[in-house]
Amino acid sequence: MSDIRFRFNVARDQFRLEVDSHLPGQGISALFGASGSGKTTLLRCIAGLERTPGGHLEVAGEVWQDANHFVPTHQRPIGYVFQEASLFPHLSIRRNLEYGWKRVPARQRRVQLNEVSDLLGIGPFLDRYPAQLSGGQRQRVAIARALLTSPQLLLMDEPLSGLDVPSKQDILPYLERLHEDSNLPILYVSHSPDEVVRLADHLLLLEQGRMLAQGDINDLLTRSDLPLARLDEACAVLHGELAAHDEQYQVSYVNITGSSLQQKLLVPHQPLPIGHPVRVRVLARDVSLAWQMQEHTSISNILPARVVECFPCHSPHQTMVKLDIGGQYILAKITRRSEALLNVDKDQLLYAQVKSVALMR
Amino acid sequence: MEPPSVDSTTIWITLKLAFYTTVILLLVATPLAWWLATTRNRLKPALSALVAMPLVLPPTVLGFYLLILMGPQGAVGQITQALGLGLLPFTFPGLVVASVIYSLPFAVQPIQGAFEQLGRRPLEAAATLRASPLDRFFTIVLPLARPGILSATVLTFAHTVGEFGVVLMLGGNISGETRVLSVAIYDHVETLEYQQAHLLSAGLILFSFVVLLLLQRFNGKRRWQPL
Repeated sequence: MSDIRFRFNVARDQFRLEVDSHLPGQGISALFGASGSGKTTLLRCIAGLERTPGGHLEVAGEVWQDANHFVPTHQRPIGYVFQEASLFPHLSIRRNLEYGWKRVPARQRRVQLNEVSDLLGIGPFLDRYPAQLSGGQRQRVAIARALLTSPQLLLMDEPLSGLDVPSKQDILPYLERLHEDSNLPILYVSHSPDEVVRLADHLLLLEQGRMLAQGDINDLLTRSDLPLARLDEACAVLHGELAAHDEQYQVSYVNITGSSLQQKLLVPHQPLPIGHPVRVRVLARDVSLAWQMQEHTSISNILPARVVECFPCHSPHQTMVKLDIGGQYILAKITRRSEALLNVDKDQLLYAQVKSVALMR
Repeated sequence: MEPPSVDSTTIWITLKLAFYTTVILLLVATPLAWWLATTRNRLKPALSALVAMPLVLPPTVLGFYLLILMGPQGAVGQITQALGLGLLPFTFPGLVVASVIYSLPFAVQPIQGAFEQLGRRPLEAAATLRASPLDRFFTIVLPLARPGILSATVLTFAHTVGEFGVVLMLGGNISGETRVLSVAIYDHVETLEYQQAHLLSAGLILFSFVVLLLLQRFNGKRRWQPL
């Protein structure tokens, strides 16, 4: 019931956006697409920053926009993080943070300045001015400032795209922590597959102003009819939880969610408690296939899998195989020669040998 | 040689005129500049041109039409008479009205420029932080446009102090009532009182320099840097 339902029709000189869909009211939903696909416009429509006649928007059962009325941005319980931090240059960091906080009625404040400045590590520069901060620090302040309005929905427009790699690596863990610690629904606009894979639970794909598809991240990353599964860095995200640690070899075990066989993955040691939900990224090019369980091999992750389908990918000598491992999917990129040798066919049972996995919290 | 007290009255009238003109213009020009900076109305170019007219028109032209407009047969004159205010030409309030119109572009343009430089983003950010339009104007727009507003204040004040043509057309040269500095200097030169003319002229040069210096200081003094 806490869905975000929307229908927007925007027509500009060089651009059209036509969407009619809904997004879950929990977790991180990524709006993903190339530049010009309309993802930022969609986010701005949801924030009320674009007035679009004929649009309709309903969040958690409340109508924010329909034919008869339009709730202005400042009356919507949202937080918005722009691509550039957009801090107010004439206010200190502390007063930037307090700007929204002060304007929210006291009994609606669920977040306090200290908590947020701890979470985002901005305590040390509360008394400085925006111009004295680095780009990454500024963006952290912008995120904190948005959180301090105790929003019911957080909208983020490529918050990392303007930053250098170290700053990105700096902020991503904060976003992941935010995702874990709160049940605040987040809409996250991005054109970076990397960020989407790390953060998103749910994905909405846009292309030239139209929605291609939307659904669970694992589903969409591996769908043969969508561009993501054909990318060179095609990958799958598996949901699981931390099952055990092995201190001697510095490894941890992850139980893959949904697999009746209690399939486990071996990952580099992670300082997380047992039972902690984790996500594991498996790149298609790191997965090979075998008929039998290999006894003598250095590959530690070998999972029984069922072939769902085979489809062509970008390089003509290779093929993509979609595999079902207990309800979640992974992709394997193998040569067409191997495909023929193994005689890969739909519903065939094989062993997927995963050379390496990346665990993301 | 006139006694110095006459010139000091003239200085007082000049400063009073500049002060009233500046205060009124800031109140008028700020909303006007905001409208010009943000509107997509078709009338914007026409209104912009109208605001800029005093920059290019000879002051005598402006003064001439104001004189007619505010005179006994003019539309404004009829209104002021009907309201029991009498006629404005050759009075101090008449000078204020003329100065406000004459200095309008000097107030509007710096403020409009500052508003346009802001862009939409700070306002959008403030809106997502629950600030209403009026709240945004006072807490974001005005503080960020401060340099422009300060420039407008100084330019308007200084420009009014130096005004000559319009005053002469409309205010005449009534000592103790409408005679201002620039006219007094002209009189002194006409009557070959070079020493008096020097005193007032050099004073004006010094005044202008100090005012502009203070403006620099004020704008350099703010603690924050634009991003």
